[in-house]
Amino acid sequence: MSFKKVLTGNHAVSYGATSARVQVISAYPITPQTTIVELLSEIVAEGKLDAIFVNVESEHSAMSACIGASAAGARAFTATSAQGLALMHEMLHWAAGARLPIVMANVNRAMAPPWSIWTEQNDSLSQRDTGWMQFYVESNQEAYDYVIIAYKVAEQVLLPAMLVLDAFVLSHTSEPVEIYDQEKVDEFLPPYEPKFAIEPGKPISYGALSKPDTYMEFRYKMQKAMEKAVDVMEKEMNLFNEMFGRNYGLVEPYMMDDADYVIVTSGAMTSTARAAVHEMREEGKKVGLLKMKTFRPFPFKKVREMLKGRKKVAVLDRNISFGHHGIFYEEIKSAMYPVEPKVPLYGYILGLGGRDVTVKDIKEIYEDLVKREEMEEIIWKGVKL
Amino acid sequence: MIMRNWQVPLEENLLEGHVACQGCLGALAMRLMLKGLGDNVAVAIPACCWTIISGDVLYHALKVPVFHTAFETAAIAATGIKAGLTMRGKKDTTVLAWAGDGGTFDIGLQAISGAAERNEDIIYAVYDNEAYMNTGIQRSSATPYGAWTTTTPAKRPEDKPKKDIIEILAAHRVPYIATVTPAYPEDFLRKVKKAKEIKGFRFFHIFSPCPPGWKMPSDYSVQAARLAVQTKVFPLLEIENGEKYTINYEYPKEVPLEDYLKLQGRFKHLFKTPEKIEVIKEQIKKRWEYLVMRHKLTHGTTDNIVRKVFYK
Repeated sequence: MSFKKVLTGNHAVSYGATSARVQVISAYPITPQTTIVELLSEIVAEGKLDAIFVNVESEHSAMSACIGASAAGARAFTATSAQGLALMHEMLHWAAGARLPIVMANVNRAMAPPWSIWTEQNDSLSQRDTGWMQFYVESNQEAYDYVIIAYKVAEQVLLPAMLVLDAFVLSHTSEPVEIYDQEKVDEFLPPYEPKFAIEPGKPISYGALSKPDTYMEFRYKMQKAMEKAVDVMEKEMNLFNEMFGRNYGLVEPYMMDDADYVIVTSGAMTSTARAAVHEMREEGKKVGLLKMKTFRPFPFKKVREMLKGRKKVAVLDRNISFGHHGIFYEEIKSAMYPVEPKVPLYGYILGLGGRDVTVKDIKEIYEDLVKREEMEEIIWKGVKL
Repeated sequence: MIMRNWQVPLEENLLEGHVACQGCLGALAMRLMLKGLGDNVAVAIPACCWTIISGDVLYHALKVPVFHTAFETAAIAATGIKAGLTMRGKKDTTVLAWAGDGGTFDIGLQAISGAAERNEDIIYAVYDNEAYMNTGIQRSSATPYGAWTTTTPAKRPEDKPKKDIIEILAAHRVPYIATVTPAYPEDFLRKVKKAKEIKGFRFFHIFSPCPPGWKMPSDYSVQAARLAVQTKVFPLLEIENGEKYTINYEYPKEVPLEDYLKLQGRFKHLFKTPEKIEVIKEQIKKRWEYLVMRHKLTHGTTDNIVRKVFYK
């Protein structure tokens, strides 16, 4: 029987990994991720999960252990944040290049210096081109669900997947989370049957030197796997919705049907924006909300479908690509390039380093958006000058 | 070190067609290691000469599976492979991390320390050719005092002694450490077979002369390795649990260090500064005295050290 439990976002992830029956966990502590693996180590110690827990000496090694374990055909899991994710960077490329379906939770945390432990997306978005799929979750329920969904997708397309949740806003905030019946999870996510794995007695080499006459094809296949992942994600989310009564998609619209103005968000900020949009709708404003759930592969088609024909769109970025714009903004602008007539897109940078984003902020952004004439690519919201 | 009745398995798990340089003892070392370990083996190889030697994506010169991994990750990738195989019910497979000296003494040391401290059930082997040979002979912390490399030119050769890697591992109290060289294959094989039966972190320091890197003809490498043992540049040892030291062999005659140095172009300039050769001799003497002391502490005597002429 499924049951509800009041869980922090981090513990929801631990439960997600448990429900997904991960077999090898390797991790290194970093705030605000630590409580994910603390709980997992307890669950393993109590024998409630048949897994090997490797307490490594760095995040670089945490990812490398997962890579070894996954290459040997086991379901591997880790979690990290910010500096830890950056330290893993080399091995993120390795995991993806080796086509290993590892799943990792990254708790979004701002990069130092100056030191910060609060939420911001620059850590995960900096890993954009490593070949990892990325899911941005809004709630603790999603954090739990997406560990399971991520494995289901990753093991089909043979690419690793990262689920991303906000520091503290989700990681350390408690919400009721429905934990599913194990049999039902097993039905959705059967044990991992690796197509390719290190098998003693089988003399196969993995990741050897590839000369210019062979390398490009490996990359072509990675891109094809990413493209395929869009469809696999949709299929699996639909199945998940059916089996567990959710309403997940690559992007998630809210009050979008007749919206002239659209606010685009990702992560926990979406809940705030949803409340603001709801209130503004009651005031008669024709505003809608589009939540970006998947970042890689980027859901071009869905974004075009959703934003086509709107008067104006505000993209809210809790991140920045220095010398460019907000990163979701960049991506959405690139997705919207072929769409005619042009939809004016406005990029708002806000909430960096965990600065609070309130309903009032979202409403002000809406008012600002309506007033503006020229398209603005970078608008700072809430910066003290 | 038993010389009589020793047997080398005829099975080869290193096939012809590998692309090691002529006279590469790193290749011979792999051949012997696999003879000792048998077929139930998985190997993790980080960036090193062996990234190339085993063949590109279209070929594979080993009859065992190999997972190539990043430079600093041999120990931890092997740890992960062991965990993964264990979870899949393949608990008996020996997982071997096989790295060069750069990947071990330098960039990989952190992950080695982690795996050693946790006593991961793997064999870590470093084939030590005393510099970054695959990138073109740059100094590593395994490069010995006085040696020329492309980053320690003859005008200013390496001025620090080789890092004492096995003492670092001994300080981790790992179950088993062995120093070996393919020039003494019976000693090598005996230790591999012994290590195979031990559970936990096992470390092999393999002295592996490199003809191009050491600037010597390719048929000198076995001789260079033998001379390294005979001159005590590279003593053959075992250290168990970080405490029990055994010197396996002492050449019964005095061999001048110069015999070892003069084989190799990388030490050529040293003969213009004989005082530097004296520095090396002093380092060797101190190290040997320390090892003899540890052997004596373990065994109560040094009479059990084998002292015979097996090879000239």
